[in-house]
Amino acid sequence: MNAHDILLGRLDATALPWHELLLADTRLEVISGIVGLSAAIIAVAGALLVATALTWRRLWGPLWRDWLTSVDHKKIGIMYMVLACVMLARAVVEAGVMRLQQALGSGGGGIVTPDHFGQLFSTHGTIMIFFVAMPFLTGLINFVMPLQIGARDVSFPLLNSVSLGLTAAGAVLVMVSLVLQPFSTGGWSGYPPFTDASFNPGAGPDYWIWAVTLSSLGSTLTGINFTVTIYKERCEGMHMMRMPMFCWTSLCTAILMIFAMPPLTVATGLLALDRYLGFHIFTNDGGGNVMMFANLFWLFGHPEVYILILPAFGVWNEVFSTFSGKGLFGYRALVMATMCIAVLSFTVWVHHFFTMGQSTELNAIFGIATMAIGIPTGVKIYDWMLTMYRGRVRITVPMVYGVGFLFLFVLGGTTGVILANPSIDYQVHNTLFLVAHFHNMVIPGTLFGMIAGYTLWFPKAFGFRLNDCWGYRAAGLWIVGFLLAFFPLYILGLMGMPRRMVAYFEGAWLPWTLVALTGAALIVLALLCLAVQLVVSLRNRAELAVPVGDPWDGRSLEWALPAPVPEWNFPALLVVEGRDAFMELKMKGDHLDRPRDGFIDISMPRPSCVGPVVGAAGLIAGFGLTWHIWWLTVVSLTVIVAAMVARSFVRETHRTVPAAEVEARWNAWRTLADASPRIRRRDEQRQANRGHAFPAAREGGE
Amino acid sequence: MNRRQERRSYAIGYGLALALTLLVFALVGFDLLPRRSTLWVAGVAAVMQIVVHFRFFLHIRLKGQTREDLQLILFTTLLLLLMGGGTIWIMTDLSRRM
Amino acid sequence: MSSRHPGLNLGEAHGAAHEAAEKEVFGFWVFMMSDAILFGLLFATYVVLQGNTNGGPGPSDLFEIPSVLIQTVLLLTSSLTAGLAQLAMKHALGTRRIVIWLLISLALALSFIALEVRDLLTMISKGGIPEASGFLSAFFALIPLHGLHVVAACLWLLALLGQIARYGLDDAVKTGMLRLGILWHFLDIVWIGIFTIVYVGGLA
Repeated sequence: MNAHDILLGRLDATALPWHELLLADTRLEVISGIVGLSAAIIAVAGALLVATALTWRRLWGPLWRDWLTSVDHKKIGIMYMVLACVMLARAVVEAGVMRLQQALGSGGGGIVTPDHFGQLFSTHGTIMIFFVAMPFLTGLINFVMPLQIGARDVSFPLLNSVSLGLTAAGAVLVMVSLVLQPFSTGGWSGYPPFTDASFNPGAGPDYWIWAVTLSSLGSTLTGINFTVTIYKERCEGMHMMRMPMFCWTSLCTAILMIFAMPPLTVATGLLALDRYLGFHIFTNDGGGNVMMFANLFWLFGHPEVYILILPAFGVWNEVFSTFSGKGLFGYRALVMATMCIAVLSFTVWVHHFFTMGQSTELNAIFGIATMAIGIPTGVKIYDWMLTMYRGRVRITVPMVYGVGFLFLFVLGGTTGVILANPSIDYQVHNTLFLVAHFHNMVIPGTLFGMIAGYTLWFPKAFGFRLNDCWGYRAAGLWIVGFLLAFFPLYILGLMGMPRRMVAYFEGAWLPWTLVALTGAALIVLALLCLAVQLVVSLRNRAELAVPVGDPWDGRSLEWALPAPVPEWNFPALLVVEGRDAFMELKMKGDHLDRPRDGFIDISMPRPSCVGPVVGAAGLIAGFGLTWHIWWLTVVSLTVIVAAMVARSFVRETHRTVPAAEVEARWNAWRTLADASPRIRRRDEQRQANRGHAFPAAREGGE
Repeated sequence: MNRRQERRSYAIGYGLALALTLLVFALVGFDLLPRRSTLWVAGVAAVMQIVVHFRFFLHIRLKGQTREDLQLILFTTLLLLLMGGGTIWIMTDLSRRM
Repeated sequence: MSSRHPGLNLGEAHGAAHEAAEKEVFGFWVFMMSDAILFGLLFATYVVLQGNTNGGPGPSDLFEIPSVLIQTVLLLTSSLTAGLAQLAMKHALGTRRIVIWLLISLALALSFIALEVRDLLTMISKGGIPEASGFLSAFFALIPLHGLHVVAACLWLLALLGQIARYGLDDAVKTGMLRLGILWHFLDIVWIGIFTIVYVGGLA
């Protein structure tokens, strides 16, 4: 063991991003190497650009003081969403490269080698699920839910910051794998024995294991935080059956996180024991049981997809009711349906591996359970349509996504019922039919929900609306792009094209892959439109400003607050008397009233460095474990334990916001509200909208 | 609950748990019953001991408990049965077909 | 009489600590539920793999009932003494008494760990190493994880003792004690599962 081995573990020059290029022999290998190297350069350049900008504008201090160490749920929520957007950009580019490969790979050839392609589909899936969808939805719930229940923050603000740190650590680890290669080629599900040390002893699967573990630890803690918040922090009068539906879906999502993450931790943990210490849990030999991994992974994996969709359903609840000017139809049914989905999601996991050897009886029972989940989902779809029926529907940008969702998600759902039949699944499992199905759920469901939620609540977070023109363009491009990119995959799957294919020799498939490539290009354009929308909105933020805080004639409590929201959220603790609490206030004309019991000092949690420290230490521990740099791992794990112990000795965890400051802020808001015209909904996209809405239900004959 | 009652609660819980433990170890140590019966008795004793821990150490009762505390325990138990039972069913099914 | 959270409730006399405890202890309880699933799945893994001895040593070659019995009684007793420490805190019986009960619990738990480590080393010397078979891998995934949890609880106990020395029995210490109590009892419950499923299951 020389000094290099101890200091740097198994990290050496072969990990550097030009190594593939140096070893390249054939033309394909050279191109593949260039693609890989370019990705690494872009990642490093991006990081350097951000660092330079921060240094030049002296923003490191404010970044640390006001954001990274903040335990404010609103800021943490925003940081989660920013992380998600950055990772989304990478994962979409990876998808584009894969689409390109499948269009060019007809007859062999293309632009990436099989090994490189393997890393692409592995990072694409891992990033999209763990570092785009989960952080974005977590961020959205973080920002909105405490406001909707009338709380000042989540129950455990520091834990919130730690969760963010751990999630970010996992994301950075995956980004590091672009520069110090390779990443796993085992897909986002990482099945052994392929990912066992006997077949893949390199750093790839270990990157995957630790990135996913960091993310899952963060999510478990988040699930605990949200559950306790919803149970314990609701304001007076906010009974469970009076909460906005977004809070119900948040609660069920949180409960799913708490119970679905442990199977993943067990699966990846045991795989790590196999790889690092020679255990025989999942090995082919020595008494291991390979199928246990698939079982454990999908015990996590199925509830996970409900974690991805339930918050989006929550967003749709808000979008459909707000933009139909009507309370949600069938609130009770929606609550029951959400809870049914949460429970049933733990009873269907075998459908992810129907083809792996179980008896027909077992498969049939799980197939029936799988079809049963369609029922509560259908209830929700009908309730949303009935919410729109006889409402005064406004086709705003979120509604465009919403209507697209209703059509496309239901189509995707029916393909799910098709796949739930084991006999059919035997034909199409692991073909592009499956890939089309799950993208059909995640894109119109989760992604459209994310963008609709972003559009809906952006004004609340930042004080100005987003530009509508670019919003409509993006929505149109997403819908058409999705259709072109994924519907051909259904056909390809039925024609027999397997998933994760780097090259093929079936000429009949080529036209469809070309259509899919066009769709992918439109999706990239859609993303660009969203970026342009943000830039344009930022430039025009004076015209788009809605400081009074209620641009859409909202129904729930978050719209009662100024935009942006003050740190303490509500100036006084509320008493709520029914559902759609803010709409109630507006109808009574009470929503601008001074708090009945006046203003008092408010105790708010202080910022803390524990979150970023644990995140950074977690990142370093994951890196050390991946590259076998043991001393680094020990040091970073010690730091985490030390941080926890040290924090337990801290007593000055809160600071007081004086009543005078709260009052001054409220007075400023009230003055602004009095000076702003109350706009009717037909004018909500005009500049006159300063966030002071005239409740629709009061508008006669409109 | 006053101090004496609470202390008694812990003492009773300890006594019951110890008795159940010694019973099971005696069955195994002295080979008193055939394997199947021993496993059944041990299983039932384990469940009983867990209930003892819940009631006498963790003070969790069916009545007078905050609703969400109880809901969480019941849900966890349901999931343990689904996940654990499901796993054993699936793996047994697979091994039968190997 | 209703309780606001699982485990021992401080009662109204403790004022703000009792208020804060509701969400703090409930939050920790939720964490215990997720940990329960984690252990449950490791149990399931063990049950699936317990027959895979790969021609190597099996339970009857490696498990020693007397040692396991002693460990069980040690851990159970430490659960009792941890509970008594919390009682002493609730009824304000003086810091000294609380610290004594805590130290006794610590000693019992560390004795448990010492015996367990001794058992594992003995197993290893007889060829009972995790690399030998699926059965042993599952065993070594489950039992040391429980042991690690016990060690973590002991570390936490020491940190609490430090806080008591520095701050006395303030509100944060009280809610910390309540949560530690829950962890302690939970680990004993998991051990019930371990001795039943692993040891009794292996040797019956």
